[in-house]
Amino acid sequence: MGDVFKRFGGGLGTVFTALVLVWLAGMVLAPNITMIDYALRPNLPPSAIGGDQDVYSLSNILYLAGEDVHRAIFFKTIWASALVAFITFVVCYPIAYWLAQNATPNQTALVLLALTIPFWINEVLRTLAWYILLAFRGPLNEALLAIGIIDAPVRWFGDTGVLAGMVYAYILFMLFPIYNAIESLEKSQVEAAKDLGASTWRIHARVVIPHAKAGIATGCVFTFMLAAGSYVAPALLGAPGSRWFTQIIYNWFFEGGNWNRGAAYALVLLVLCLVVVLVTLKLARVNLTDVAK
Amino acid sequence: MRASDVIRNALFALYFVAFFAYLFLPLGIMGAATFNESRFPTVTPWQGTTLQWFNELWADAAMWQSLWTSIIIAFFVVLVSLPIGTAAALVLTSLHQKARGPLYAVMVSPLLTPGVVIGIATLVLWRQLGVGGGVFLIVVAQSSYIICYVMLMIAARLQRFDRTQEEAALGLGASKFMVFRRVLLPFLKPALIAAAFLAILQSIENYNTTLFVRGFDTPLTVYIATKVRTGLTPAVNALALIMITASILGAIAYEVLRRREARRKANLA
Amino acid sequence: MSHSVELQDVGMTFGKTRAVGDVSFTVEGGEFFSILGPSGCGKTTILRMVAGFLQPTEGKILIGGKDMAGLGPDQRPTAMIFQSLALFPLMPVWENIAFGLEARGVAKAERRRKADELLKLIALEGYGDRMPGELSGGQRQRVAIARALAVEPQVLLLDEPLSALDLKLRQHMRAELRALQKRTGVTFIYITHDQSEALAMSDRVAVMSAGVLQQVGAPRDLYDNPATPFVAKFVGETNAYPGIVRAIDGKTASIETAHGTMRGRAGPALAVGSKASLYVRPEALKAASVDNAVAATVDRFDFEGAFALIHARLPDGAPLVASVGSLDFADAPKPGETARFGFAPDHAVVLADG
Repeated sequence: MGDVFKRFGGGLGTVFTALVLVWLAGMVLAPNITMIDYALRPNLPPSAIGGDQDVYSLSNILYLAGEDVHRAIFFKTIWASALVAFITFVVCYPIAYWLAQNATPNQTALVLLALTIPFWINEVLRTLAWYILLAFRGPLNEALLAIGIIDAPVRWFGDTGVLAGMVYAYILFMLFPIYNAIESLEKSQVEAAKDLGASTWRIHARVVIPHAKAGIATGCVFTFMLAAGSYVAPALLGAPGSRWFTQIIYNWFFEGGNWNRGAAYALVLLVLCLVVVLVTLKLARVNLTDVAK
Repeated sequence: MRASDVIRNALFALYFVAFFAYLFLPLGIMGAATFNESRFPTVTPWQGTTLQWFNELWADAAMWQSLWTSIIIAFFVVLVSLPIGTAAALVLTSLHQKARGPLYAVMVSPLLTPGVVIGIATLVLWRQLGVGGGVFLIVVAQSSYIICYVMLMIAARLQRFDRTQEEAALGLGASKFMVFRRVLLPFLKPALIAAAFLAILQSIENYNTTLFVRGFDTPLTVYIATKVRTGLTPAVNALALIMITASILGAIAYEVLRRREARRKANLA
Repeated sequence: MSHSVELQDVGMTFGKTRAVGDVSFTVEGGEFFSILGPSGCGKTTILRMVAGFLQPTEGKILIGGKDMAGLGPDQRPTAMIFQSLALFPLMPVWENIAFGLEARGVAKAERRRKADELLKLIALEGYGDRMPGELSGGQRQRVAIARALAVEPQVLLLDEPLSALDLKLRQHMRAELRALQKRTGVTFIYITHDQSEALAMSDRVAVMSAGVLQQVGAPRDLYDNPATPFVAKFVGETNAYPGIVRAIDGKTASIETAHGTMRGRAGPALAVGSKASLYVRPEALKAASVDNAVAATVDRFDFEGAFALIHARLPDGAPLVASVGSLDFADAPKPGETARFGFAPDHAVVLADG
């Protein structure tokens, strides 16, 4: 902190440090610590708080482990979020590569701008667009019926709908990190590989993807986290049989009235995301400092 | 042209068209449904063309109220996150390399936290303090991660700042406060404007965090999501269409300005 | 014998810009051939057309007598050394060298063996497991060459690979490249904007300007017998004096300039009465000559080590540069003095203005 005061002097230095402290301590750390505190306490009527029943235990978390339906939904949320990350990657990679390596500067500027348009309107409206598109008597079913691919309308709402909506909603969080990473790859690297006789597949596997690893890891981490923590997509595009972990958490808070258990579930979700982040970064040998650039 | 190249180019063109269709067709359909007479927003079947949903949107007082709530929230989020994000970026870039890493990790951690968790953590803390959900908590919860975006944007700009400018100003007898106000802040101005813009978008766009801390207040995203449950009409589509059109106009304006700027620079060179 | 490379009326147009037009020359098999020209002259475009990264919009390129039209870089018997070298930073040196073999499906043990063999050739034995980032500039250079040679190309294409090195290392690498080329017998096409580099290394040099081929010849030939004003000015130092051709007598032309009539060898396609210039090298100018000479006042005497350059001005202000060897410094005119600088007609050339 000495550096801060040396650079900005006592007055400004104090103001800056205080602002950062308010944020990190008051808005990031304190809420999370309180959430952990909630998660580890039992749900008691106000009169019993502070009494001898009010002791720390893992019972709220163990409850999740013992509840078959919740546990199944938890695991489904994990693999479905991973699937969202993977699909988003597959959808984005070719266009990110093209933008970064083959497009002219004007094309790049134009396409990047066009890509951001759906993201200037909010996530709920983006999801709503899919709600309309995927409706039972909606345009997608009508179009598929007209072409003759299907004989009867398909019920898209459910896991399929949720996945489609999520991939759509988070595409930019994958595209931009990959684009940035590939953009820093020198064009002659690809040319050299081509000149030495490498196939397209080998060029990507050996030269482009290793180079873009940090960007790919960042994109995957973000989309996974956003998918696992999304409430709106399952709420709009899901079906009764396709509940998402966030919906269970919501119910503990606003329908089940057990905030302690809700906090415990939220804590599990948080830990899951942190583990996924750290493991992914470790596997890709990426520093946290390289994330979110 | 080799045959394999022709096939590859054709495949890429196909993918390219499909990608943009995927991106824009849902929005196009949502916008088009505004003009359908059908009570449920859809384009199939087309029951006749109408402009009545714009009238309905105009008459939807609750919707306007929720939009106003969102704007107020966005205003305060900018007010909170701009100074704190800037301070965070300045503190971060002033530190030595070694101290920077861990602090950076803490500072970006809210970005890697699921939105619902941020909402819940904020909610439980403030309940302990006797404060319930509402506009105030929405501002606090949204700011806690929007500050990260501001911090990242300002820090990116600061990386291109030549610190010898500060030394030069100090050498000319300026106070440290004057250096900040006359040298550093003007340099950061474009990034500050961009960050404020992003903060507004992020704030208005947010749903997952807001849902948990909203109390009895209803910002726009919550209002629309609730509408889906309680009876969605194409009035919402009319709103979406207006927002999409505004976005496209904004994008075009940005591109025209960018090209004009590029031409001006090319002429100078 | 390695393959020859033949360009027949090759042209390249990007949109509305004609980058290269009507270029024809033949590089013999096993030759060290340079393409010399200022940046933007089209030399890199030619190299990329030979490599297969670009397809010419006009004309044909033949390698080993075979038309290369429609073939990509992976289907041609060429290998390229990039200006940036383009080593793969995330692969160890041996994998870099063996990358072309990996692409051809060669087994790993064999790849390693071949890489070690090439490392020996470039005197970097034992460096196989290092990463490119851990090597010096010269070592990286050699690895790039080894990587290109690993695919046993008939023609090696080099795009100013020495430009990032400092002067000493660059001079050393010139000798090394030349030796390597002789040892392997591979045809080299070398792109550079540095005329001393081209003159020192090459069997023959093609000089390019603004997308047009100016002259092809052995280094000595280009220096002594430039065919165009551009070559005369770009290759080596020269003094140029414009005027009108007054007479052509066999191989000698007389040209009337602002500084009197001078004589030099007649260049190609020279006509009496036409506008032309006389070009004379600094080392051909001798102070105190009387015949075929101009009077000039010395401004400056720039000591360069083995020789010195005398910068002088003619009465109308036109510049003149003469060089003197260090052994003759004592007799050279001093700043402020006026002397007559003359030259043997054989040591100057008169070229029609282009």
